[in-house]
Amino acid sequence: MNPNKTRPWRAGGLAATGLALALAPAPALAQDRPVLTVYTYDSFTADWGPGPQIEPAFEAVCGCDLAFVALGDGVALLSRLRLEGDATRADVVLGLDTNLTAEAAATGLFAPHGLDVAAVADNLPIDWDDPLFVPFDWSSFAIVYDTTEIAQAPTSLRAFIEDSDIPLVIQDPRTSTPGLGLMLWVKSVYGDQAATAWERLRPRIVATTRGWSEAYGMFRAGEVPAVLSYSTSPPYHVLVEEDDTVAAMAFEEGHYLQVEVAGMVSGTDRPDLAGRFLAFLMEPPVQSVIPTTNWMYPVVSPADGLPAAFDFALTPERALLFDPETVAANRAAWVDEWLQAMSR
Amino acid sequence: MTARSAVALWAPGLSVAAGLLLLIGVALGALLSIESGSTAVAPLMGLIRDDYVWAVLRFALVQASLSALLSVGLAIPAARALSRRPDLPGRWVIVRLMGLPMVIPVIVGTFGIIAVYGRGGWVNDGLAALGLPFRIDLYGLQGILIAHVFFNLPFATRILLQGWAGIPAESWRLAEQLGLRGVPLFRQVEWPMLRQVLPGLAGLVFLICFTSFAIVLMVGGGPPNATLEVAIYQALRFDFDLVRVSALSLLQVAVCLAVVLALAAISRPMPVDLGLDRPICRHDGGALHSRVIDALAIGFALLILIPPLLALGIDAAGGPWARTLSDPGLWAAVGRSVSVALASGALALALGLGIILTSRAVKIRLRRRGLAEALESMGIVAFVLPPLVLGAGLFVLLRGVADVFAIGLGLVVVVNALMGLPFVIRIVGPAADRALATQGRLADSLGMAGLSRFRLVDWPVLRRPIGLGLALATALSIGDFSVIALFGTQDTQTLPMLLYRLMGAYRLDQAAIVGLVLITLCLTFFLVIERGVGGRRRD
Repeated sequence: MNPNKTRPWRAGGLAATGLALALAPAPALAQDRPVLTVYTYDSFTADWGPGPQIEPAFEAVCGCDLAFVALGDGVALLSRLRLEGDATRADVVLGLDTNLTAEAAATGLFAPHGLDVAAVADNLPIDWDDPLFVPFDWSSFAIVYDTTEIAQAPTSLRAFIEDSDIPLVIQDPRTSTPGLGLMLWVKSVYGDQAATAWERLRPRIVATTRGWSEAYGMFRAGEVPAVLSYSTSPPYHVLVEEDDTVAAMAFEEGHYLQVEVAGMVSGTDRPDLAGRFLAFLMEPPVQSVIPTTNWMYPVVSPADGLPAAFDFALTPERALLFDPETVAANRAAWVDEWLQAMSR
Repeated sequence: MTARSAVALWAPGLSVAAGLLLLIGVALGALLSIESGSTAVAPLMGLIRDDYVWAVLRFALVQASLSALLSVGLAIPAARALSRRPDLPGRWVIVRLMGLPMVIPVIVGTFGIIAVYGRGGWVNDGLAALGLPFRIDLYGLQGILIAHVFFNLPFATRILLQGWAGIPAESWRLAEQLGLRGVPLFRQVEWPMLRQVLPGLAGLVFLICFTSFAIVLMVGGGPPNATLEVAIYQALRFDFDLVRVSALSLLQVAVCLAVVLALAAISRPMPVDLGLDRPICRHDGGALHSRVIDALAIGFALLILIPPLLALGIDAAGGPWARTLSDPGLWAAVGRSVSVALASGALALALGLGIILTSRAVKIRLRRRGLAEALESMGIVAFVLPPLVLGAGLFVLLRGVADVFAIGLGLVVVVNALMGLPFVIRIVGPAADRALATQGRLADSLGMAGLSRFRLVDWPVLRRPIGLGLALATALSIGDFSVIALFGTQDTQTLPMLLYRLMGAYRLDQAAIVGLVLITLCLTFFLVIERGVGGRRRD
């Protein structure tokens, strides 16, 4: 630790230096290797995320410099890309999900990947035929609960909504991707009756938060016994915190999927490198680090299997997912319907 | 008035105000330019027919009015009690702690609220332990009010304390000689100060609550309990409907401006007594009933202020301190946050002084109060424009002419300074008015002008409000997360970014520690800046 940090009266000088450093343009990169710029979401490049492991692995085989630019979350990525338009510096965008791909495709900023994803992604519970985006991991939404508070978890979404009295926190579909996921999940199970289902669930919804972090924080603080999260949340607590009191409810109707994807920017001047990187995402150096860094399922079955903590009763034929075009076409109307039901 | 003195009068305020309006106009224009050929007028008309927008607007008006009324109303007895108990043990610490809730990230503060008032919070645990059959339910309008009072009551108390400190000692002495006590004393000496300070303060608290976002969704109890800010965020992030974003933003600005100007219309300048700025010696408050009232007022404020902060401390206490504090990334983030905060605090102060110097002269020399209020409200417009919208607009504007990655933190400095500006105006403004009103003629007759006049005449009176304003604007920027999310990259991680990043990666125990580091940093800034700039005298 820098000892100056504990002496506030030095803060002025320190601050001036810090500002000068922060505002200075990025230093020129060593050597003359080509740079592949990848926009991704913030947590991908965190010390504990997959980024720091993927970077040296790819640089070892590509003869290039892989530069991650971390920007908020998946939605922020798409917003940033739209704000930048054709002038974007990105060669690859990594971390959009299937709820966003239709809108991302509509920007016209993405180029076909030309990969045979279906032949490789054997651990993806759905058939993949998107020509623009390459899946690199996935998870499914799940009601995650505290096993010390709830002894007997419901075994279907219908039972959870109609017959249980478990209070929970969810995220707002107006502002959050998981919130949107739950709305689509209920829609895919209940169809025209979704509004009625929401009205039944509403009295038990303690809070509808802006994002996942607030909701999960409330759950871990013991404020609610259940929260909308991912089926891959419990493995984190088991493997990192040695805490096995967090579990995901397995519902027989199936769980709504979230597939994370990457795509090549059509204006890239390094299409070969970008294509090579997209293929690399489905190779073992990336796929093997995904489960315990991004806490998601890999799209390719690992040779030695997943850690036991990743066992979850979700079978591929029960994976639920609207195609991106349906989501894009109906999202506004369905959010309105949700809002109406939640306002009655 | 000579041409030269007219320029000196108008130049600072008008240039700042014009700059702000230009910045906002150009930023919104740049956003709209992405969607070619459309204006915000048609969608603005569309909003008028949008039931959802009306429902949200109505709720936001109600909760923000109630929040402002409660926060400021409860702050009056607390500030009054603190002002007449200068020897209260621990008073210095209490007053410094009161600066905190306003500046810590709302997500951190709200977790403190939930730990105290939530379903499994201290209050409900206490009720259960006592065997009482009822529980409090945080989630709903009451939760929004509790949270907003926690964030704003201590802040309002601090501002009002400045107001009390600005009452000249001569007023107290005169009241003493006339034997004024109780209600007559309040009406003659204290009420005129409140009439000057309260409208601006209440207006600012209203704006903070009206544009509140994460708090309202977290403890508001349900989706209909939202603010326009939620709708703007939704339109910007999910729908990327920039026309709707602009229309909603303009609606928000219009409503806020109307409220601020309406409040300004009921404010009255404080009648001027020639004060010599001697220490206050008031002799009321010795009676038993005033002691009880003061104890209750201060006790209540502490009851609102302390438990959530304590809960945050306790929550962090058992966390992995060694691992979190030994991370060089944390200290890099601290350095970056501090740099940005110092720069934006200084910028906010400079802009604020520019507006104040002109507006007080317009108010007192030209006797055009309406014009002066309009000028001051220009400094508030940027605050009610959602930072994300302002940031996105600036981004679009600059993407063609500059490397947005390289100047990202510079943009954060600018946007954060605009967010701190209203605080500077509301804290320094009333004191600056009084300084001109009391000392203006004497300084004029001595022919003082320019910097030496500021140093000799204004500085001694204004240094304490300036210290508080600068400390608050700086600390606000430390805790800010709104625009850094748009401009930040992994190379520009600030402390709030690190906090969110940890939370988003299940590392809540580490996030709690970072939250405490952030709170400590804000407190340090209050101590150092207020002492360094404001001087050693009591508040």
